[in-house]
Amino acid sequence: MTVASGPVIPNFGSGSSCEVNNGWFCTDWVRQHWADTLQPALFQHIELAAIAIGIGFAIAFLLALVGFRFRLVDPPIGIISDFLYTIPSLALFQILVPFTGITLLTVEIALVSYTLLILYRNMIEGLHAVPVEVVDAARGSGFTRIQTFTRVELPLALPAILTGLRVATVSTISIATIAPFVIAKGLGQPIYAALSEDVFKTEIFVAGGMVIALALVADGLIVLLQRGLTPWVRA
Amino acid sequence: MKTFVDAFRFMADNPHLLLEKTGEHLELSGAALGIALVLALPLGLWLGHLHRGLFLAAGVSNVGRALPSLVLIAFGLTIFGVGFWNNTAALVVLAIPPILTNAYFAIDTCDRDVVDAARGMGMTGMQVLLRVELPLGLPFVLAGIRVASIFVIATATIAAVAGGGGLGQIIVNQASYGLSGVVAASLCVSVLAFAAAGILTLVRRTASPSHESLT
Amino acid sequence: MPGQAAELVFDEATKRYPGREGAAVDHLSLTVPAGEICVLVGPSGGGKTTALRLVNRLIELTSGDIRIDGTSVKAQNLVQLRRGIGYVIQQVGLFPHMTIEANIGTVPRLYGRPRSWIKTRSAELLELVGLDPSYAKRYPAQLSGGERQRVGLARALAGNPPLMLMDEPFGAIDPIVRTRLQDEFLRLQREVRKTVVFVTHDIDEAIKIGDRLAVIRTGGRLAQYDTPRAILEKPADDFVAEFIGPDRALKALSLHTLAELELGPPADGPTCGLEMTVRDALALLLEKKATVLAVTDEKGAVIGSITREELLA
Repeated sequence: MTVASGPVIPNFGSGSSCEVNNGWFCTDWVRQHWADTLQPALFQHIELAAIAIGIGFAIAFLLALVGFRFRLVDPPIGIISDFLYTIPSLALFQILVPFTGITLLTVEIALVSYTLLILYRNMIEGLHAVPVEVVDAARGSGFTRIQTFTRVELPLALPAILTGLRVATVSTISIATIAPFVIAKGLGQPIYAALSEDVFKTEIFVAGGMVIALALVADGLIVLLQRGLTPWVRA
Repeated sequence: MKTFVDAFRFMADNPHLLLEKTGEHLELSGAALGIALVLALPLGLWLGHLHRGLFLAAGVSNVGRALPSLVLIAFGLTIFGVGFWNNTAALVVLAIPPILTNAYFAIDTCDRDVVDAARGMGMTGMQVLLRVELPLGLPFVLAGIRVASIFVIATATIAAVAGGGGLGQIIVNQASYGLSGVVAASLCVSVLAFAAAGILTLVRRTASPSHESLT
Repeated sequence: MPGQAAELVFDEATKRYPGREGAAVDHLSLTVPAGEICVLVGPSGGGKTTALRLVNRLIELTSGDIRIDGTSVKAQNLVQLRRGIGYVIQQVGLFPHMTIEANIGTVPRLYGRPRSWIKTRSAELLELVGLDPSYAKRYPAQLSGGERQRVGLARALAGNPPLMLMDEPFGAIDPIVRTRLQDEFLRLQREVRKTVVFVTHDIDEAIKIGDRLAVIRTGGRLAQYDTPRAILEKPADDFVAEFIGPDRALKALSLHTLAELELGPPADGPTCGLEMTVRDALALLLEKKATVLAVTDEKGAVIGSITREELLA
């Protein structure tokens, strides 16, 4: 990657005058490159994030089950995931490369690590926040331990779990932008490319805007899911 | 595993380079964090004190999370061109949401009865904020600053693609420094982030309300 | 599902916590006859709640036994035991994520009753506890404290348990609503005739609600077990006398109604109904500065009179 420095020598091929002059926003360029650049990058980005969130959610849920059932292991799990969260994402990518190579796996391991802390914390806190008297009433009514968990504790922790999912999803979509430092995938790729090609503004704005829009749309969808799944919260 | 050994060898062979880049990294991060603190902290505290601007405080944190660091760095470069401001501005924008939101909620959620008692004893609004609300909310305020510093140190690495100095210059330039250099610099950045997080955790522990002296 | 009422026997029931001096419940022995309300009353922290929770084994006995209709609680499957006992607590503990109908249907659903059956049963129970059927589809957060406790009661009754455990059920409710809930609970009990163990630290509530009172002193020991009248008239020791208060003679007056007294011929004076307690009738006399009250029947016709002297006799 070369750093853009010195006088900018426009060399944007045979595009429109807007492109040649590196204008602020060239609609022509967007129209021409939607199919070959932007749309594939968007789909790859969604894929990167979806895999990470899915795996991260599954692992965090299992860890939360263990951490909730056996309180002793809760602090260590918390400390480890807090530790992972502190490592800068770009650094984590590079540190993983010697082990897992220039692969999708490297990117996903890093992305999953970041989702873990957020999801685990929210799950555990949501489960611990279930009022004692409600659990007492459930046990007193004759719920088995498993019934108490699946019918009372888990549903009541749902708002907190989904809030964690929101934060994790938005963060993952955001961090996935750095994937091109390892593999050429996702919406970070056009941005990365535009930075190398003497800072082609249109591409940066469009791809950057798409990442932000994707994050906000995903956020909105989870809010809708939250409303549908937890009608009692607004009651 | 060999790469890791090489990375440590790289550290031993190039202490000056790494120290210099770490210094640059701290300079950029520190400047951005300082500016963000000056802008966001008083605003968050004051809004929290007035219990106003919930929309702003919550919205800023939601939108803030959705702003990817690479996009911010790229936008900074497009708008300001290469210089001091492109990366600093991007990092400031990144650091503001956690600081502002935590400051707001730290003060907004203070025990109303305690605040009421303080008012009842004749404290002015500013005295209530500085002597009661801020000490009580301090752990949460510091937690926001902690998150912001982790973000800034991490993102300052990416700033290298937009003309920034610091350890990122090594990380994004494998051609010159080799994988061992890249890994070595990555470890340095991680240590830096841990140190910052650790220091702020320590500050938070020592500044818990029970240790506040009565002034 | 279970039905009717069961006899409950505490037999030297004891609970000790390891590492703590003294017992929480100490050799508690008493029998609650089927269909009666037994109130465990005593100072806060005295072990009443612990004694209650020993029955549905939310706390396990250290020694001794508790039998429901002759069967030891220890001999029963934990989950089956609890499903057969209604349980009402002060904080109510409604499930916030379920509608009122689903809350009431908790135990029937555990028994695998069909949806339509639960719907009908919920509606019946809502009516029984004095709530409009339109409450069925609401969530607990939309109800007032008093309404929530009514739902709590309906939920406990839904499985038609022969035994109900109630732990300070009206403790967190304001005095006016509390009085109304107590009255309605007594009316309800006349209909359903359950065996009830009721915990409170409020002696007035205990006297009003209980067929029998068990006064528990600190350390979970039984100080006296008898009818409210017997306890007010003859407290077993200084602890009981102090606990029920220096005005126990006055409290005793609230156990009798005018219907139990011999009335004089109709006379002029402030009017009062037959169902009024002697204590309230005295209060009325004092308030109106009168010496005689005109007593009326349900239709409001004067059927007799009663004088101050006769009331105090």
